[in-house]
Amino acid sequence: MADQKTGRAGEVKDSEWPLWEVFVQEVGGEPHQHAGSLHAPDAEMALQNARDVYSRRGKVSSMWVVPSEKITASSPEENGSFFDPSNDKVYRHPQFYKVPRGVKNL
Amino acid sequence: MTQDDAHRERAFQARIDADETIEPKDWMPERYRKQLIRMMSQHGHSEIVGMLPEGNWITRAPTLRRKMVLLAKVQDEAGHGLYLYSAAETLGIDRFELVQQLLDGTAKYSNIFNYPTLTWADIGVIGWFVDGAAIVNQTMLAHASYGPYARAMVRICKEENFHKKQGLEIVATMAGGTAEQRDMVQDAVNRWWWPSLMMFGPSDKDSPNSQELLRWRVKRKGNDELRQRFVDLTVPQAKAVNLTLPDPELRFNQESEHWEIGAINWEEFNQVIRGNGPCNRERLAARRRAFEDGRWVREAAAAYAAKRDTCNEFQAA
Repeated sequence: MADQKTGRAGEVKDSEWPLWEVFVQEVGGEPHQHAGSLHAPDAEMALQNARDVYSRRGKVSSMWVVPSEKITASSPEENGSFFDPSNDKVYRHPQFYKVPRGVKNL
Repeated sequence: MTQDDAHRERAFQARIDADETIEPKDWMPERYRKQLIRMMSQHGHSEIVGMLPEGNWITRAPTLRRKMVLLAKVQDEAGHGLYLYSAAETLGIDRFELVQQLLDGTAKYSNIFNYPTLTWADIGVIGWFVDGAAIVNQTMLAHASYGPYARAMVRICKEENFHKKQGLEIVATMAGGTAEQRDMVQDAVNRWWWPSLMMFGPSDKDSPNSQELLRWRVKRKGNDELRQRFVDLTVPQAKAVNLTLPDPELRFNQESEHWEIGAINWEEFNQVIRGNGPCNRERLAARRRAFEDGRWVREAAAAYAAKRDTCNEFQAA
């Protein structure tokens, strides 16, 4: 597999290196956010390059690199049915329920 | 165009008009994709080629402080080139192809980087004018309709805050220095002013791409409006450091409250685009040399990754 990606040593192109997506957490406790992508031959170099490119300013507390091909994304064309907000199921919202008079902190 | 495509294009324009953001997997007209690839790759190439005129002075910066600042700035430009290349790749073009287009001369980059940096004062004036103009342009592009482009711009704008300031600091220091230093910085202003105004591109009425890009909200303002904003920002700054802008027709219009400039020499602009600027050949030669000189590093990294894969497979078996 690796041989197919990199080809013979004399024919290496940057673009034959896998693409990695970079996720950055700026402060501990916050979610990791997508920052961008980069090419690298392996995970170790992907992380080092990500450090160099995506953390040149301010604090970074954690970084993930993920091979782009491992990410499965939803299709925009199917958004309507796929992300049905279930607005017809009113019983999923607290306003649906009757509260006895005088009851507080429910 | 099939009826289906016409319908999709109308729906696409409706999304644009409603200020929705277009993401990589969304349907988009082929022309939108092509125009964005052209624009974003030009932008990325400009960041990369833009390192050359400034890199020219790193070894000769007058103090350690100036040297550290210039190094950090040039490193930023490399990072900005990578942000833009990775954003362009979301449109389905390959990084290798982008780089090849730069090296074989089919892709363009900003004309401004085909001018030479003759003295240290040029470094100050580049930060002040060239980065100043780029910030005006990029602040607008941070609201571009294509999500990955807009997000790259937000990142770049945040980082570029210091680029313009460090430039004006150099300019102000020299303008307040000896007569020789003053002359040197005035000479740099004289050489960079007009090429900086050309950075915004031809007047909208002569720009083949402007209307389309505005309709798609890739751009939010026309070339002339952006150029005017840059002029209005820069003229008072030049006064503050007692330098003269090389335009005898420059005057303040009381009614419009804008600074009006003389005619731009578009023949010079076209000559530089066609490859006849002072440094076109030198810049491309430098990029080609860098690509060749880096080849062994890319090969070594790939060979190492392949070898480690083999070792891992061996251990697993």
